[in-house]
Amino acid sequence: MKRILISLASIIALTAALVGCSSGVKLSDVPVESRTGVPSGQSGTGGATGVPGREVAPVLIGAPDPSLAGPPGVAKVIYFDYDSFVIKPEFQGTVESHARFLSANKDRKLVIEGNTDERGGREYNLALGQKRAEAVRRAMGLLGATDAQIEAVSFGEEKPAVTGAGEEAYAKNRRAEFNYR
Amino acid sequence: MHPKNPDSSSTAGLLSGRRTFIAGVGGGLGSLVVLPAWAQFRVEVSGVGLTQLPIAIAGFRGDAQSPQKIAAIVQADLERSGQFRAVDASGPSLDESARPDLSVWRQRAADSLLTGSVTRLADGRYDVRCRLWDVVRGQDLGGQGYQVTQGDLRLSAHRIADFVYEKLTGEKGVFSTRIAYVTKVGPRYNLWVADSDGEGAQSALTSPEPIISPSWSPNGSQLAYVSFESRKPVIYAHDVASGKRRLLANFRGSNSAPAWAPDGNSLVATLSRDGGSQLYAISAAGGEPRRLTQSASIDTEPAFSPDGKFVYFVSDRGGSPQIYRMGAGGGNVERVTFTGSYNISPAVSPDGRWLAYISRVGGAFKLYLMELGKGTAIALTDTNADESPSFAPNSRLIVYATQQQGREALLTTTLDGKIKARLTGSTGDIREPDWGPFQR
Repeated sequence: MKRILISLASIIALTAALVGCSSGVKLSDVPVESRTGVPSGQSGTGGATGVPGREVAPVLIGAPDPSLAGPPGVAKVIYFDYDSFVIKPEFQGTVESHARFLSANKDRKLVIEGNTDERGGREYNLALGQKRAEAVRRAMGLLGATDAQIEAVSFGEEKPAVTGAGEEAYAKNRRAEFNYR
Repeated sequence: MHPKNPDSSSTAGLLSGRRTFIAGVGGGLGSLVVLPAWAQFRVEVSGVGLTQLPIAIAGFRGDAQSPQKIAAIVQADLERSGQFRAVDASGPSLDESARPDLSVWRQRAADSLLTGSVTRLADGRYDVRCRLWDVVRGQDLGGQGYQVTQGDLRLSAHRIADFVYEKLTGEKGVFSTRIAYVTKVGPRYNLWVADSDGEGAQSALTSPEPIISPSWSPNGSQLAYVSFESRKPVIYAHDVASGKRRLLANFRGSNSAPAWAPDGNSLVATLSRDGGSQLYAISAAGGEPRRLTQSASIDTEPAFSPDGKFVYFVSDRGGSPQIYRMGAGGGNVERVTFTGSYNISPAVSPDGRWLAYISRVGGAFKLYLMELGKGTAIALTDTNADESPSFAPNSRLIVYATQQQGREALLTTTLDGKIKARLTGSTGDIREPDWGPFQR
């Protein structure tokens, strides 16, 4: 029964994804990524002249690439309890949505980045973050995403979402982020 | 730097001929003795050891004109070791050719006296000399002489401190060794190579992304470390002198916690390429890693025993992170820590006697020291956020990271925890220290 629900859900997700792709950009056309570049000045703002071969497509390095977007309207981050890598019930839906998206878009790739709060050792926290990322990857694997589509990595405590000490900051830092590449 | 006369006895011979010229020169220069320069060190020694050797370090002739204050650097080194206590050395400077009136120093309760000079040569280099006296026996214990560039003046001071340390304790000093550490200033990360007192730091790597876990190769020429510059943790080996870097581990998942085998031919690191953080051996020349642990839990933070036979590591296989030990080729896993629910970051002393690690006690993370033969452990600090212990190559000091006044700082401690000194060579948050080996 559960299985049927999942496949139904993935069909819905697939449909949603296809509808979402009305721009006509083929999903296989994954452009070369440039993560470290400095934003260049925008060029070609003069507009199209209408003469064939004279169009200028502006490229802004560092701007989010729409072809690297994940499922629309789905959160890109989930949170964990202290010292835990269990996916909490309130984030199951998020994980499922990403899994369905990958299942429906077999050429898409996702990096799950595990993070911890600042308490404890850096290397042990790196391993804890890895455990979180892999817990998410495993859950997504059960929901139809393939291993080849997902890389689980960890930033440990090195890339906090929020700086500062205290449970409020810690709770925002114990997280896994979904990063489509 | 190449010491002009690394063999101290030959240096002593070279200098002893001058002894007939004796004092006299010192008088006029006495007013130039520089004690204020002392303040630049910010060495914060707290606590009192029981068996400290009282030493007087006279003002070095020429120190006032020198861009590095040799006597002050030597004194700070010796005090940081916990084995020495500086006694009042005010008065005229005394150079290595002076024949000091030792009764004066006996009255000041000094057991030994260091004299010396620093002289700028015509070619811009500096001639740094010293002489050590046994005040109690009235004996000349020998001298040292170095001709160095301005950039190596601090190193010559550290070499003098090493000379004094070895003459008076019978053990090798570590003052001329190097420490690697990481700073974070705003969004920028730097990997530094500094003198053992944290000063004279030179940047080996600057990155907008985190750098952690630097680890010196056994010959002190390379640093392995974890860099996040490609948006995931990847291990590099970095030749410090040339700046050449090569990827040691960039496998699927995370790559971290590099530890060199004592022969320098291979490393053990934590990889998650097969799922889960597990330990693998990697050849320093590259190639396919060999898996060493087979657990469903976290296995990380490897650290070799100095004989290369064992690898200590952290695992949560028993439900909480504890320190274990296995054969260097994997297998025969034994648990090492049994007290407390969170023990991480093992470091074995180069003499194989001690295990330093971090233990969570209440909500605090504290540096602990275990005597491996006995299994008993003591806390060495009263701070709450200690991290990353690393032994000096003579096994007498530990450098570690902690938090003081809300900032990350590096401290050294003696193994009895009684003498601590803060290393403040860089600004910003300082972390991830690794003490390098003896240099040839």
